[in-house]
Amino acid sequence: MTARLLRVAEVTPLSSLITRFRFECPDGGTLPLFSGGAHVVVEMPDDGVLRRNAYSLISDPMDGSGYEIAVRRDDAGRGGSRFMHSRVAVGDTMRIGAPVNLFSLDLRARKQLLIAGGIGITPFLAQLRQLMRLQLPFELHYAARSREDAAGLKLLPDLPQVHFHISDETRQVDLDAILSCQPLGTHVYTCGPAGMIRAVETVATRLGWPKGALHSEAFLAPPPGAAFQAKLARSGKTITVGPHQSLLEALEAADVDPPWLCRGGACGQCETAVLSCKGQIHHHDHWLSDAEKASQTRIMPCVSRFQGDELILDR
Amino acid sequence: MPSTLFSPSIPSRPVYAGLVSQGSAPALMLADAEGALALADLAARDPAVMARAQLIYIPAGSDHAARLQALKPAQFHQAPSFATALPRLRKALVDAHMGTAVYLAGTEGLIGQALAEALAAGLPLDAVQCEHRGSIARRMQCVHCKGVTENVTTDPFTCSHCGLTLFVRDHYSRRLAAFQGVCVDAETPGEIPETQEIRP
Repeated sequence: MTARLLRVAEVTPLSSLITRFRFECPDGGTLPLFSGGAHVVVEMPDDGVLRRNAYSLISDPMDGSGYEIAVRRDDAGRGGSRFMHSRVAVGDTMRIGAPVNLFSLDLRARKQLLIAGGIGITPFLAQLRQLMRLQLPFELHYAARSREDAAGLKLLPDLPQVHFHISDETRQVDLDAILSCQPLGTHVYTCGPAGMIRAVETVATRLGWPKGALHSEAFLAPPPGAAFQAKLARSGKTITVGPHQSLLEALEAADVDPPWLCRGGACGQCETAVLSCKGQIHHHDHWLSDAEKASQTRIMPCVSRFQGDELILDR
Repeated sequence: MPSTLFSPSIPSRPVYAGLVSQGSAPALMLADAEGALALADLAARDPAVMARAQLIYIPAGSDHAARLQALKPAQFHQAPSFATALPRLRKALVDAHMGTAVYLAGTEGLIGQALAEALAAGLPLDAVQCEHRGSIARRMQCVHCKGVTENVTTDPFTCSHCGLTLFVRDHYSRRLAAFQGVCVDAETPGEIPETQEIRP
């Protein structure tokens, strides 16, 4: 993967849980521009473990002077967000991958309807800049549990088409109301908890929205589970995947480097053929079809796990 | 007259899956000629489909208007040609909300041009239902002069704009709603293959 060493230029707490990080070229050069919805993978050398987490870019896509991300601290998580919050300081250099967009706006739409839950606001912050520059119609709904969780409030423009829904202040999102009055040609984008994405899909489908107008992004953290072994047919190795390690991370630790882009079950890059499977693959990705998952002949090593006697991969 | 089955071809060649009722959702329906029968069959399978339907019909030499009106769509409008139906179609697309079902039925020229309007209005391809009925005449664009010749039924044919003899390709432009016609005797002028009727 093309990653470059960038300097941490700013660390700005946005709320008690969410901090913004700004990265710039150490030599003051410009970075490649991107499009709203793009993410970067941040490498974190954490006491011998190399963590790689994907974060949506929140800065202006047309501003190459730096990249900005917002990280929500998850104390129950695998440690990436804790590392960012506790170990990263202004002046550090970190390896940051090139921007990749798996959640871009469909610019053929007549109107863009953006629905964010909590930290899911991040890709929309860059998309809003793009939409305002292109002067395209949009409507944003931002739902958060509390103002503490709603760090995006400070980063959003004060516009009539930007709506806040704070649960603590009993302003719930009424998806029926939002989705039933959109002009023909509207596309809806959802980023937030899985339940919110499902709810938007359910209501939209009931109201007759076509599938092609529904977009969503949910990066999955690799779920923990019992340790398991995998045999690698091409490289002739046997690896053990730890309880808090992903199969992809275990492959990399054994110097087997499958291609990847999102490390969260969405992009499809690390798809791997399963040559033998005596047991059950626990699929967690959004990439393989239900039929492919059931056949147990493909696996997405970034998020999926295995339980059983033998797993042989074409790696 | 049943819906048309086209022979398998390159991916560019449109195929028309047939109309499936979306129930009593608001609907925008457009049909020409024998396309009326596809709407009649749709309504026979699910009468509720007409409850909130705005139906535009272009008879184009057929006369199924009375039959369509008997299905009691919420609105019925008859137009003499696609060009005259277009302002109404555009207004309907502008006014409609997401959740409106779009049904197109009839010739490829009508389906293609109405689909191009729907896509330009921001609808994704999977939101528009199409069923082919009636004439298999094609709307052809001359790749040389860019002129469009309507109702082409033979291969090769003469471009109605520049006069070149054009070979009928399955290569299709969704934006232009036209198949591509390519000069058939560019390398050996005057050597023109025998004219054949276009087949489905």
